[in-house]
Amino acid sequence: MPEKVYAGTAVTVNDEGFFTEPGQWREEMTSELAREYGIERLTEQHWQVVKHMRYQYEQNGTGPNVRALARSSGVTIKELYQLFPKGPAKLAARIAGIPKPRGCI
Amino acid sequence: MIDKISIIISKGSLDGVYPGLIMANGARAEGIDANLFFTFFGLDAIHRGRQQRIKLATVGNPGLHLPTLAGAVPGVSALMTRYLGRKMDTLDIPPVPEFVEMIADTGAGLYACKASVDLFGYGEDDFVEHVKGIITVGELYDLADGGQIVFT
Repeated sequence: MPEKVYAGTAVTVNDEGFFTEPGQWREEMTSELAREYGIERLTEQHWQVVKHMRYQYEQNGTGPNVRALARSSGVTIKELYQLFPKGPAKLAARIAGIPKPRGCI
Repeated sequence: MIDKISIIISKGSLDGVYPGLIMANGARAEGIDANLFFTFFGLDAIHRGRQQRIKLATVGNPGLHLPTLAGAVPGVSALMTRYLGRKMDTLDIPPVPEFVEMIADTGAGLYACKASVDLFGYGEDDFVEHVKGIITVGELYDLADGGQIVFT
């Protein structure tokens, strides 16, 4: 497993960049993670989505897909794709330090 | 991973429409650019008056494991469509109109095939607002340039 350093702390991620141990994630790591995935500055709305992703993971053991994310976070699908153009659920999951959400819809 | 996909939907049955919608939406979720090109009976999926009424094909569909004649009995197609619709609902798969809108919201391009539009005598007003345009096959190939094309 590749090791990466975010906010001065080493963490393990898989080949796609998803945390393999979500317990290693801390809020201070988010801006570095976001920059790595092409988001220069996290706006408040980005933050809302990332925190919500984390919350859903802690509640359900898995992150939501884009549709469920839109419904439960109150950020519309259109806005989600503007915030995270390269796939909202997967990008937000990487930044939130949780495993890749799986699902076809 | 590929960068762009253009999916052609040519059938007007539930089982003809959903796979293309699911693949387009899934592409966008992966960050892949996606275009949907609706041609022939596939146009029903973006037709204002018809998109709510798309049914499962129960005749000539061996995958259903129904005797062909049973599939032709009036009401069977509607019944099977309702049954499948309920199952889809529990799996959180949206109905066609909502799915089409959702895919447009992801930034995918939705297009109607000009030859088919002319064939059925439709006009721009017949289609849902999310459709970006009525385009020729040549224009589709232009849009698809640099990516993959899938015919469903």
